[in-house]
Amino acid sequence: MRYIEPHAHMVSRVTDDYVAMVTAGCAAVCEPAFWAGFDRRSPQAFYDYFCQLTEHEPRRAAKFGLPHFCWLCLNPKEAEDPGFAREVLAIIPEFLNRPNVLGIGEIGLNKNSRNELQVLEWHVDLAARTGQLILVHTPHLEDKYKGTRLTLDVLRADSRIRPERVIIDHVEEHTVQMVLEGGFWAGMTLYPETKCTPARAIDILERYGPERLWLNSACDWGVSVPLIVAHTALEMRRRGWSAAAVDRVLYQNPLQFLSQSPRFKLPTAAEAPV
Amino acid sequence: MSTLTRQQVLDLYFLAARHQLIEIAAFLDRVDRARGEADFRLEAFRAALRQLESAPADRAQAVLMAFSDPTTEPLPRAPGKGAVGAWPGPARAAA
Repeated sequence: MRYIEPHAHMVSRVTDDYVAMVTAGCAAVCEPAFWAGFDRRSPQAFYDYFCQLTEHEPRRAAKFGLPHFCWLCLNPKEAEDPGFAREVLAIIPEFLNRPNVLGIGEIGLNKNSRNELQVLEWHVDLAARTGQLILVHTPHLEDKYKGTRLTLDVLRADSRIRPERVIIDHVEEHTVQMVLEGGFWAGMTLYPETKCTPARAIDILERYGPERLWLNSACDWGVSVPLIVAHTALEMRRRGWSAAAVDRVLYQNPLQFLSQSPRFKLPTAAEAPV
Repeated sequence: MSTLTRQQVLDLYFLAARHQLIEIAAFLDRVDRARGEADFRLEAFRAALRQLESAPADRAQAVLMAFSDPTTEPLPRAPGKGAVGAWPGPARAAA
């Protein structure tokens, strides 16, 4: 099998994870900018992080034959200080032309505050001005429903935003319909304790169809499973899905969305190092 | 896209669902045996449980909504970074 991991925080993972993912059929990994687990103390710390995402991590992934792409932003968990956020956003354009950068993400809301909303609007404006794809994080647990609605309001209010160039991630049963009905792409994150399980994600796919949906592990420094997309392929087969239907969701769908960026190019079979 | 019969769904998922149901029962027993007061999460959990019987369909969605903040106004400030899994209600959320 083959799959694309469209959301993984590989800077938090060990090389064994790269080995396992490539062995399982991972053809590319995409890494949104993320919260480090603690607040960075200066915009310069973000500069270093963006260098890590655009220089160091792609080199580390390449050692295992895995193309690495990334998204850049200030994560919503650090968006409560608008002045600080302004300084970080000013850094981002310098990195947007780097060869593995796909767009602006993962932006969005965390606790649904006014400051987070303001910073989200600034990110959306930056993406619109520079013609970037957008990857949106939706809030956790009790905050997800409200945050998803507020996010959709922001995106719909900006006439420059084309929904087919926006993926809204971490949808669950109570948010997927509003995202898809808005014309956006929707991502389902497979976690052991929160967000979706493989079985529930497949339920959603069977209910809404495979259009504009992708699956990801969002593996990071917390409880998460780097191979869970591959595990879900096995669950799909147990549920009677054909190999072609699995490939459609796990490989072709992310390929379709991500190929809207001219930088998302995968090596042909003949070019692939492994 | 689903090709499974009800029998096949039971074959695939019954034991796992049974296991999860017993875990919930044991969790509620554990809470009952423990000392001190519970917080809003327990009532939210019980409200969500009631959705299993009262919701005619879309039970997963109904349970998720039972835990969710239904309001539409942004908060004046983020009260922190974390989420606890259940909305505390308007009074506690504003505190």
